[in-house]
Amino acid sequence: MQPLIEVCGLHYAYDDGTLALRGVNFRLDPGESVALLGANGSGKTTFVLHLNGLLGGGDDPQPHVAVCGLPLTRANLGLVRRKVGLVFQDSDNQLFMPTVLEDVAFGPLNLGKSPAEAIEVARHALATTGMAEAEERAPYHLSAGEKKRVALAGILAMDPEILVLDEPTTFLDPPGQRSLAELLRNLPQAKIVVTHDTAFARSVCTRAVFFQRGAVVADGRIEEVVERFRWDPYLANSRSER
Amino acid sequence: MHIPDGYLSTGVWATLDAAAVPAVVVMARQAQRRFDDARVPLLGVMGAFVFAAQMINFPAGLGTSAHLLGGALLAVTLGAPAATVVMTAIIAIQALVFQDGGILVLGPNILNMAVIGVWAGYLPFRLAGSGRWRNLAIFAGGAASVLVSAICALAELKLSGLPDKALGVSSVVFLISAPIEGAITLAVVKALEAIRPGFVRQPEPGRRLNASLLAAGMASIFLAAVGVLYSSPAPDGIEQTGLISGLAARVKVLVSTPFSGYEAAFLSGTWSRKAAAGLAGLAIIYLVCLMIGRLARKRSV
Amino acid sequence: MHHVVLERWSRRSSALHRADPRAKIAILVVFLVVLATAHRDVALFAAGSAVLLCGASVWARLPLAAVVMRAAVVLPFSLAFAAVCWMAGDAQRGLQLAAKSYLSALAVLLLVSTTALPRLLRGLESLGAPRFLLMVAQFLYRYLFVTSEEAQHMAKAAQSRGATAAGMAKRQARFRAAAGALAVLFARSYGRAGEIHRAMAARGFQGHFETLTPLRFRSIDALIAVTGSLAPVALRLAIERLS
Repeated sequence: MQPLIEVCGLHYAYDDGTLALRGVNFRLDPGESVALLGANGSGKTTFVLHLNGLLGGGDDPQPHVAVCGLPLTRANLGLVRRKVGLVFQDSDNQLFMPTVLEDVAFGPLNLGKSPAEAIEVARHALATTGMAEAEERAPYHLSAGEKKRVALAGILAMDPEILVLDEPTTFLDPPGQRSLAELLRNLPQAKIVVTHDTAFARSVCTRAVFFQRGAVVADGRIEEVVERFRWDPYLANSRSER
Repeated sequence: MHIPDGYLSTGVWATLDAAAVPAVVVMARQAQRRFDDARVPLLGVMGAFVFAAQMINFPAGLGTSAHLLGGALLAVTLGAPAATVVMTAIIAIQALVFQDGGILVLGPNILNMAVIGVWAGYLPFRLAGSGRWRNLAIFAGGAASVLVSAICALAELKLSGLPDKALGVSSVVFLISAPIEGAITLAVVKALEAIRPGFVRQPEPGRRLNASLLAAGMASIFLAAVGVLYSSPAPDGIEQTGLISGLAARVKVLVSTPFSGYEAAFLSGTWSRKAAAGLAGLAIIYLVCLMIGRLARKRSV
Repeated sequence: MHHVVLERWSRRSSALHRADPRAKIAILVVFLVVLATAHRDVALFAAGSAVLLCGASVWARLPLAAVVMRAAVVLPFSLAFAAVCWMAGDAQRGLQLAAKSYLSALAVLLLVSTTALPRLLRGLESLGAPRFLLMVAQFLYRYLFVTSEEAQHMAKAAQSRGATAAGMAKRQARFRAAAGALAVLFARSYGRAGEIHRAMAARGFQGHFETLTPLRFRSIDALIAVTGSLAPVALRLAIERLS
């Protein structure tokens, strides 16, 4: 079975020379849900920005990253960005069009669909995320949870095979977190979730990858990884007492 | 200063609306050619920044407070063409959403603040921004952007017949706010450089000014000067200068049209003449805009 | 915030709300020109125009009192000018200034209270305004509220940071704190723009914004445009004939 994502020995340094990623290896198979855990600055977000070529794509071809068998080069960027749907942490930066419908239709329009087709695809995606009623609303009138769902709809409208979510529960209240988790569990795409919220990770993902200073130091069942690194803020002590 | 509707005489606002068209079209085209649509979010967000920045108060002495106006700051960080586009968008949104500044007078307001004000704010920096006079250049830019745009506004008001007393009061306000803008601009630029030096441009003194920009700028100024002189309802003060009256007389002969004096001769009733002339003038301006736009689009393809 | 109220009003439902933005723009321009060029019997025309505008406001199902008061934001400035004109001996000009600027503001307010701004911008584009400029205005408007909220938080923080020093030093400290706050706001806005651009690229942006739904000018829009434009003209004619 061809992996959806295959990363071998990925290195990345910022302009000032600091090494953000040191030889990362990663593999994602169809249907998997993986949580990316690790301290702030450990390279999780830098890593996911490589998955759709926002970092490392273009002029500097990235032979160490392959998405659905396609190596990440400038020629493949368009295709890769259809397959990898990235949901940003701050939904305000992702919902930049004046109305919900226009925003969700942005992706399909760029993919070459006609306005009528784009609207239909957008409506379908909004229905999937439960935001069909919000078509004509302006983004800043929406609550954080609603914005997140519209952002997700905008990604789903591109028909991706992999969903990548960067800190999706920031700004969400508990009911918002719960409904997002449920929504994600019901989506068929493979998922990568960058998060500090261990409970959320556990309710959506079965596997976890632990980042430390730009390298992957653990990759396995989420329960094992969480326990090994004491990554659950409130249960870690009780575990060790047993 | 944002001039509201109803302050300027028809001749003044109609002429300046016409003069603003080549300036805005060329600036927009310039910014787009350099940046393409990818830069739209940056310019839009920085426009929102200027609005938001006006909520932060700077103590200005004597218990008053001032806020940033922004033309010079935008110019030294984004470059003058982009700054003009941003300021134009700001002026349009201010007029439409906040009714700060009129609609028929968008031409004068844009010329004053987005074109002339921005370039007046940028010029000192461009000339002296990379030497030991850098701080002074930035301060001078901030002050100049306010002062020059204010002078233009006051001139337009005077030509529209506003009494000198009103203009005098406004002048005092501008003379105070100009150095304040300079100080704020300088302080913010220094703070920006502390965060990331790349935010503020390094002016390249050797670069040639873009020929088409210069041409459009000169065309706008010429149109404005000729038209405003010609249409001024306060001719006496101006005709006192023999040179100018001679020029005005020659211009009158040259451009005598059915709409001379902004009155359509074939309609009876003065107001309907003026209104018809005003509307016809706007229609002509609109058609000219369309033509310029079409020509410019063809050239860039 | 002011424009939040405007947002609510512009999303209401009425025949005027549904009308094509170009029709409403045309009416506004005609009205403004007729008002600007009025020099005789201005007071009478102003009164008549006020009635017309209030009538339109009611027809658009807008809260009349709130609209009338909202347009008065231009009055402090104009009344100050009017007072100085009066002191300089030209009271008539002063009154005309105040009346014309207020009525113009009211007319503009009617336009933006019955037309969502993005739709208005699209109307302007189809009338020939440069698209690049209008897209910038669209993004500006989208992030106006978000950035203003950020600024409000920082304004409070800046104030409290400078509050410890006393006297002249206090003013300098507050000045520097305010400049620092502005610089941080600038940096954040810049970063936000970068992330928006990444979000656009992630969804396949090719360098050009596509239009989703073009505007359709219907016969009812033509009717509204013609009637609305003729109203101030007819009013003026009537006043001229009677006086």
